[in-house]
Amino acid sequence: MAILEVEHLNKNFERTEVLKDISFSLEKGQVLSIIGSSGSGKTTLLRCLNFLERPGGGKIRVNGETLFDAEDPSTMQESEIRKKRLHFGLVFQSFNLFPQYTALGNVMLAKELLAKAQPDYKARRKEIHSEIEKEAKSLLTQMGLEDRMENYPHQLSGGQCQRVAIARALALKPDILCFDEPTSALDPELTGEVLKVIKGLADQETTMIIVTHEMAFARDVSSQVIFMDDGRILEQGMPEQVFENPTEERTKQFLSRYTQG
Amino acid sequence: MELILEQFPVVIQSLNIGFIQTLKLFFVTLLGAVPLGLIISFGSMSRFRPLSYLTKIIVWIVRGTPLMIQLLIIYYFPGLVLDNPIWGGGESGRFLAASVAFIFNYACYFSEIYRGGIQGVPKGQEEAGLVLGMTRSQIFFRITLLQMIKRIVPPMSNEIITLVKDTSLARIIALQEIIWAGQAFLKGSQGISGAIWPLFFTAVYYLIFNGILTVLLGQLEKKLDYFR
Repeated sequence: MAILEVEHLNKNFERTEVLKDISFSLEKGQVLSIIGSSGSGKTTLLRCLNFLERPGGGKIRVNGETLFDAEDPSTMQESEIRKKRLHFGLVFQSFNLFPQYTALGNVMLAKELLAKAQPDYKARRKEIHSEIEKEAKSLLTQMGLEDRMENYPHQLSGGQCQRVAIARALALKPDILCFDEPTSALDPELTGEVLKVIKGLADQETTMIIVTHEMAFARDVSSQVIFMDDGRILEQGMPEQVFENPTEERTKQFLSRYTQG
Repeated sequence: MELILEQFPVVIQSLNIGFIQTLKLFFVTLLGAVPLGLIISFGSMSRFRPLSYLTKIIVWIVRGTPLMIQLLIIYYFPGLVLDNPIWGGGESGRFLAASVAFIFNYACYFSEIYRGGIQGVPKGQEEAGLVLGMTRSQIFFRITLLQMIKRIVPPMSNEIITLVKDTSLARIIALQEIIWAGQAFLKGSQGISGAIWPLFFTAVYYLIFNGILTVLLGQLEKKLDYFR
């Protein structure tokens, strides 16, 4: 069964249609890359999945559970939405790390706040805290940041910040990890280190959706590629198929800009 | 000069008493206006339109009229117009009325500084909190608040120093703060009359107190320097 099913998703900003009838599904452990030019709706799609935007129509299902149904207002309660968000993680283009917390603090914060809501929190406080810290440290080590844990975001490079942000998203063990152009704010030298980390996650069969302009990377890492144009999914398939034998003229046109360099 | 030296102990004692009243008004205003300002700023940023309009109108009136007039209205209106002197007589009644006027006035100024501070925190901070499953209040207290405080320390320092000096306006309702105490020696008090130097000397009190505040607020600013 698919871990994620998106059906007929629509989204308007005022009178502009940004998403038009978006449907796709994703299997557990797969990596989906979404490519397309700026303004094609890629970011909005990710924001809808993370409940940062409310779609105007359609359905979102995770593990068979309906998280969002435009026809059913009961799926839109604020308190419920907070829990549903936890199915997804989101890594932002501009990192959005919390500047007043260290790298370690950034990774631990949300988990600790969630732990506070547990009934046994008061009794097992220290134990819970050290568990969370241990996990956070191992995540940061996995990201190659073992000697950067006590640094504040402004003391880190862009690539290091983005790796902290990835660790922060992973700390909550989301079913699906989303990346919104994770390397677009980085210079080419730093892009590599972030892509390497994402590749590592793909090798561990982390279910991911990646919005990216790094075509070579998308081709290498994905199990599925979606090409979006003007709010629609224009082309969808295996990476070889989309990159080598695109059926749509618009896709060819888009890809040719990258191959020409 | 000899005369001044002779008058000095009497005058200082009197000015000290006045300055204590000044300090009391200052601290009470700060204690009341800092949290009230936050509530007003939430009101003006509210998505519920009638509330945000109402708050903005109140802020407009309070910032748009002299604090001196507000003091007079708050102190005299209940007694003279409504025949209901809620403040009571004497120094304590005047202090209460002055506190209310000052707290309300400064809360409105603070609210605008807070609003700037909150809106200056990038939207991405809130969104990052949301996708991590935090509640709105967790986001405010754990993420936004400290970043906002960092942003507002310089403009707040300005307002706080102005407040120290503005307390002198309270003498319009005969609150016996330090300038009132200094002026008394001009009209005649405790065997001294026609002396203007006590009034001038009150400036030294303000200057020293504001010097201390400047250092303290500067230290706070430095303390928040550990992040950007």
